Amino acid sequence: MTATETVIRLGYLLAAVAFVLGLHLMNSPATARRGNLVSAGGMALAVVLTVWHLATDRPGATGPLVLAAGVLVGGVAGALLARRVAMTAMPQLVSLFNAVGGGAAALVAVAEYARLAGGPVGVRTTLTTVLDVVIGATTFTGSLVAAGKLQGWVTGSPVLFPGRRAVGLTLVAVVLAGAVWLFVAPSVAVLVVVIVAAAAFGVVMVLPIGGADMPVVISLLNAFTGTAVAMAGFVLDSTALIIAGALVGASGTILTKLMADAMNRSVVSVLVGGFGTGDGPAAAVAATAVRRTTVDDAAIQLAYARKVIVVPGYGLAAAQAQHELSALADLLGGRGVDVRYAIHPVAGRMPGHMNVLLAEANVPYPMLREMDEINPEFPLADVALVVGANDVTNPAARRPGNPVSGMPILDVDKARSVIVIKRSMGHGYAGIDNELYAGERTSMLFADAKSALADLSAAVKTLVG
Amino acid sequence: MSVALLTDLTVFVLAVLVGFEVISKVPATLHTPLMSGANSIHGIILIGVMIIAGEARTVPEYALVAVAAAFATANVVGGYLVTDRMLEMFRR
Repeated sequence: MTATETVIRLGYLLAAVAFVLGLHLMNSPATARRGNLVSAGGMALAVVLTVWHLATDRPGATGPLVLAAGVLVGGVAGALLARRVAMTAMPQLVSLFNAVGGGAAALVAVAEYARLAGGPVGVRTTLTTVLDVVIGATTFTGSLVAAGKLQGWVTGSPVLFPGRRAVGLTLVAVVLAGAVWLFVAPSVAVLVVVIVAAAAFGVVMVLPIGGADMPVVISLLNAFTGTAVAMAGFVLDSTALIIAGALVGASGTILTKLMADAMNRSVVSVLVGGFGTGDGPAAAVAATAVRRTTVDDAAIQLAYARKVIVVPGYGLAAAQAQHELSALADLLGGRGVDVRYAIHPVAGRMPGHMNVLLAEANVPYPMLREMDEINPEFPLADVALVVGANDVTNPAARRPGNPVSGMPILDVDKARSVIVIKRSMGHGYAGIDNELYAGERTSMLFADAKSALADLSAAVKTLVG
Repeated sequence: MSVALLTDLTVFVLAVLVGFEVISKVPATLHTPLMSGANSIHGIILIGVMIIAGEARTVPEYALVAVAAAFATANVVGGYLVTDRMLEMFRR
């Protein structure tokens, strides 16, 4: 090993340390931003070292030029997307970055394989190449479909066409047969067949999964991309790729498990598909059976409370009402009301999404409480204000025998009184009635979240000054 | 199995374990930025694309490099920027 090579390899090690340290700093909101910068620094270092490594190799001019052109296009596109995306659309963006990452990992393996395929290809290269392209191609198309579903470009309902299982199994068979072929006789054409089959499998895998389960799918595909990148590291014999890919694979796996648990779904049942659309039909509990309240009554109830717990859900974000909620909470806080936010692990469209949305509305993060922390406080709350949350507040989860059974919920029904702001009696993802709405301490304020919260603030000001 | 492969495998397994250990301590509050941040890290495939670019000699290879470079760079640049944008908003 030359001195240059030694320095470069040590530099890659430093980059890997930066990735681990960066993830570690994400343990607390106070250090998380620094963590991301440390991680980005590691990435920059790895890129600079690779440029140096390439320069010492003296390659032809065309490769680097083509590379630079691609980097420019991708860099501009990535920067624009990152700057312009609405915080509510974060899950789609994560999915899109999964897609391109997985796609790039697959393409790298194809290029390397095509270069080697003239001569004999070792078992190690064949195995890791096949794993890389299969996982990468599946992730590419699967993530695009997932992003399309969340963005509304592909229907959020499960797409259950007849024979989909047979089609899926056939594609798996093609992939396996192609893989066996590649071990016997190296062939770029066969590798392409394997890729196409894997890409088709990605579509068939995600289409039958309902929009409500998409966050779990995205997290799983994140783990897939990490694994594909690690496999590319094996193909190219690059430790940096192996370490970074393994880190992402592990994090994606953990998040998938956490998310599935919080939604009361197993990863397997998510992948089998056919559950949840996000747009439930009107409920069987007639809107007449519940107690209604008015903006003025609700405003007085809130203004004279000592402790208010706000329970935000995706409906809040969909109505873009975070800022109105934050304004109302500030107003109440100014009157001496103790206001807290109760955040369910899957509030929003992915875990932690609600925290980001409220952060965007300038809500200080110490006011946000996680489920286990806030649940004992509900009996002490004068008012629980539910805005756009549904299934995660349904007391039916404590009983067996229904779609939300066993799901961890916020104990909203234990508060002294409950105000629910909701447009209609429509269902949540689980597609069942929310027993909270029929509770004797619950009153419903049927309105759009954004205007209702603004009206509440105005009413608090005029009625109690 | 060669020594090189065994070494790579060792590194892979240990990195997975480190990943589990580090990630499982992150609070739910930060799960969205965490997923986005982890996402940027798999943009490291850009290094792979650069290695391939140095070896490419044919037109199909150049085409693969161009597309893969665009994909990987979008992943890296977009991922880090959007994660920073999110974390910047978290305040006491």
